[in-house]
Order: sequence, then structure tokens, then C-alpha cells
Amino acid sequence: MSTDVLICGAGRTPFGRSEATGRQLAADAVNAALADAGIGWSRVRAAFGGSDSAGLADTLVSRLGLTGVPFVNVKNGCATGGSALISAVNAIRSGMADVVLAVGFDKHPRGAFDPRPEDWGLGAEYGSDGLMVTTQFFGMKIQRYMHDHGITPRTLALVAEKAYRNGALTPEAWRRKPLSAEEILGSGMVSDPLTRFMFCSPGAGAAALVLCSPEAARTLGGAPVTLRSAALRTRRFGSFEVFSPSIPAGEPTSVSRDASAAAFEEAGLGPRDVDVCQLQDTESGAEVMHLAECGFCEDGEQERLVASGATGIGGSLPVNTDGGCIANGEPIGASGLRQVYEIVQQLRGRAGDRQVPDRPRVGFTHVYGAPGVSACTVLSR
Amino acid sequence: MAAEPRSPAAGLQGSRCSGCAVTAYPAEGACPRCGGSADPVALRGTGTLWTWTVQRYAPKSPPYQAPPGGFVPFALGYVELAEGVRVAAVLDIDDVADIRIGMPLTVTAGPGVPRARPTAPGEEGS
Repeated sequence: MSTDVLICGAGRTPFGRSEATGRQLAADAVNAALADAGIGWSRVRAAFGGSDSAGLADTLVSRLGLTGVPFVNVKNGCATGGSALISAVNAIRSGMADVVLAVGFDKHPRGAFDPRPEDWGLGAEYGSDGLMVTTQFFGMKIQRYMHDHGITPRTLALVAEKAYRNGALTPEAWRRKPLSAEEILGSGMVSDPLTRFMFCSPGAGAAALVLCSPEAARTLGGAPVTLRSAALRTRRFGSFEVFSPSIPAGEPTSVSRDASAAAFEEAGLGPRDVDVCQLQDTESGAEVMHLAECGFCEDGEQERLVASGATGIGGSLPVNTDGGCIANGEPIGASGLRQVYEIVQQLRGRAGDRQVPDRPRVGFTHVYGAPGVSACTVLSR
Repeated sequence: MAAEPRSPAAGLQGSRCSGCAVTAYPAEGACPRCGGSADPVALRGTGTLWTWTVQRYAPKSPPYQAPPGGFVPFALGYVELAEGVRVAAVLDIDDVADIRIGMPLTVTAGPGVPRARPTAPGEEGS
């Protein structure tokens, strides 16, 4: 039997390059979320958080206050924020605490990530011969998808064009200058068929949420949003993931498909009920494929959907209304909670210039990352 | 760019699960699907291109070691072998404009990662 969990506070920092440390950014996001909920740090009864490469979340207590609160570090790659969120949900449902913090943050150096082959169980030759490059995987996955389902490079450019357009409407976004599809197509090939401006960049940023039991939420007032479900999955056999020396033949399985289906089932809702969504857009092709993997359309339908403007802010299914990873950059630990922050603003009707019209009621978030992990949420007001 | 000569005799050493018949590369002691024991198997190396991309910029070094003449963009992809496994390989194809999904390729093992080149006529059955 599940207890409702309500999001009573949400905060984020600007994303991009920052002089501040990742931990400073995290403290700023936590304080913004606490202020949004109208409570002080001392009211928080449990906390979960983490980063991929910017330090330990539990050390934030020295900035927030040494209240003795149980604070658990989470480190789960691209699902770090989602995992912190799920831990917070479970803390409330189990009766451990009635007011719980989830925080995700990161700060990465410039340029592509540079993983080491030995950390991935691969021989040194995969590094020395130049196959330890994440952008190769993204290029190869969408290359095959375009071949199978008739997606064109122009659609990839239109996805990025929308991201920069939405980023220009989002005060905290990193890339706030609109770019045309032609500029995006002409920005230089990185990993065919993906060009430079179709990719997000590693960066810095933080996001935090205050989650409450229904009883605690009533004492706070404000404008809570209901977290209908949160689901985390790892890959099954047959998935196509980064840094794989081989993959099995046959139709690939999808961890995003598994996690989104679980989130919808737990929420008792389906993709058709969703009014606004946030999908992992590490690059343009990811958004295209995740639309289908998360159940919002059939394979190949994206070619028509994207061209028609359906995924824009005024369209039938607005996607990545804050500009997503492409316009906000990718601080790994923070992205999942940034997505939830954005849906909370949209459902409250507080998203400013990027507000989806007609008072959206149901939102969805999806993160995906290496080595085959996905976390999804369904939210409603 | 001339590739290092590779010995076809060395072959691609994979593994095959005795229980569920899943083939893996490189060879693993356990099946990636069921966890059961897997036996070494030599893969024939002939197949077709499943997907590809081009590495357009020099990867970070280390770990990348550029060839003596300096970095040159190179193609890479997954070659689907008859054994039911897709193997990541550098593609030794002179002009990337010639790359097509489904083209016949032969994968060989050498000192580095697997490399694939267009299958010569009559080579498929060898």
C-alpha cells in the first residue's frame, strides 16, 4: 500500500560553467528548495543526495547546519538524482521521516568525459585505439535507428533548435542563444550523424527537492505537486550500451522502456495522460529515440511529430521545456532532479515565459545513462 | 592510412554458452545472459555492418595513442556476425562515403581492437 508523496519545495541553480564548487552549488539549491517549501533546514528529518564527481553530499551539513539529520550519500551514475529521489520516497512511505530532502549536484571539467578502459572491464587497447569515446555510442545508436525508422538529419537539427529556443526562455539555462536548424546542421560533424550543436556539454549545476508526507504537507501550505511514481531500472540482456565490445544480435532491449513502463504502471497512468515531459537528451538522437522508448509514439512517428511542432511548448506533447540537457548542459548528478524541478514549475503554473498553456495536470521525467540505467517519475497536481 | 597487417589465423576468440547458445566477444567465462559457464569459440569473422560512425576529432590522450603520422579521422562500427553477435571494430574503409549499413565486412583480431574491412568476393564461405 503506497502513501502519497508530495513535493513541497523545489530549487535549482543556474547550470553551465561556475566559479563555485559543486558543494556550494548544492547548498544554494538546497536553500532554494527549503525557501520554496517555507521551512528551515532543522525541519528536514532525512536527506539523500550525491554527485558523480563533485564530492560527497553528506558533507553539506557543515554548510546547512549540524542538526544530526540522517544523510545518505548516493552515487549511481546518471541516475544519481533519481536514486536520491526514490530513496526519499521510500523514507516517507516507510514512516522513517515526514520531511525529506533529495539533492543532486556536479561539476565536470571541460570537454568530453574521459573514462578509463579498466574501470569498464575492457582491455587497454580500447583506450589506446580510440574507442573509449562516449559520442561514438550516441552516433551509432541513432545511425541504426535512422536507418530502421526513416528519421532524417533535419529532425535531429529540429530537436536541438527547440532545445536552444526553450533554453532562451529559461533564466537558469546555460545555452540561451537560439540557433537555427541550418546552423546546427552546419556546426561540424562530431560523431556521424551528430553535429557539435546537437550534443550537450558536461557542466556544473545543482537541484534539490523537499518531499513530504500528506500530513506534513498540510502543515506547510504552499502548492505541492504529487509524485505519483518513481521507478529505477538497470539494463536487461540484449541492450545496446556505451563501451560494449560486442552486443547480442536481435532487436535491442531498452532500460528506458522498462523504467518508464514501471513508472506508468505504479502511477496508474499512461503516456497519453501526460501533458508535459522531460526526456534524456544527451544529444538530439536520444530525445528522438526516448520519445518511442518511453511510449509517447511509435518508432518512426517522430519524423512527423517533430516537424509538426508537437514537442514544442505550444504543441500537443511539450518535451524538455527548459531546454533539456542540450541547453542546460549535463552535470551528471543534477540532471534528474532538474527535470523534476521543471515539471513542478510547469504543474504549478510558475514556468514564466516557457509555461505550457492550458494548465498542464500530469508530467513525466526520464533520465538514462551509462552503463544502462534509467529512472522515471510521473507527477500530477 | 595503411593498417597493421593482421593474421586471419589468430581469429576472433569469443565464447558460447552451453545452455542458452549466446555468443559473446571477447571470450568470457560466464554467459552474459544466464550466468552459466561458457566455452571458448573461434568466430569466423564474416558478417555485415549493423551500424557505424566516424571519430572526427582526436580522442583524449592518454589513453588514446595516435598513429605515427598523427590523428586521422577513422570509422568504427558494429559488425553482425553469423554467430549472432555484433562486434565493435575499427573500419578499414578508405572513403567514409562508401560506408553502408548491411555491407559485407570481415573482422579480424590483431594486437589492438578488432578491425573490419570489406569482404573480398568469394571470401564469404571461407
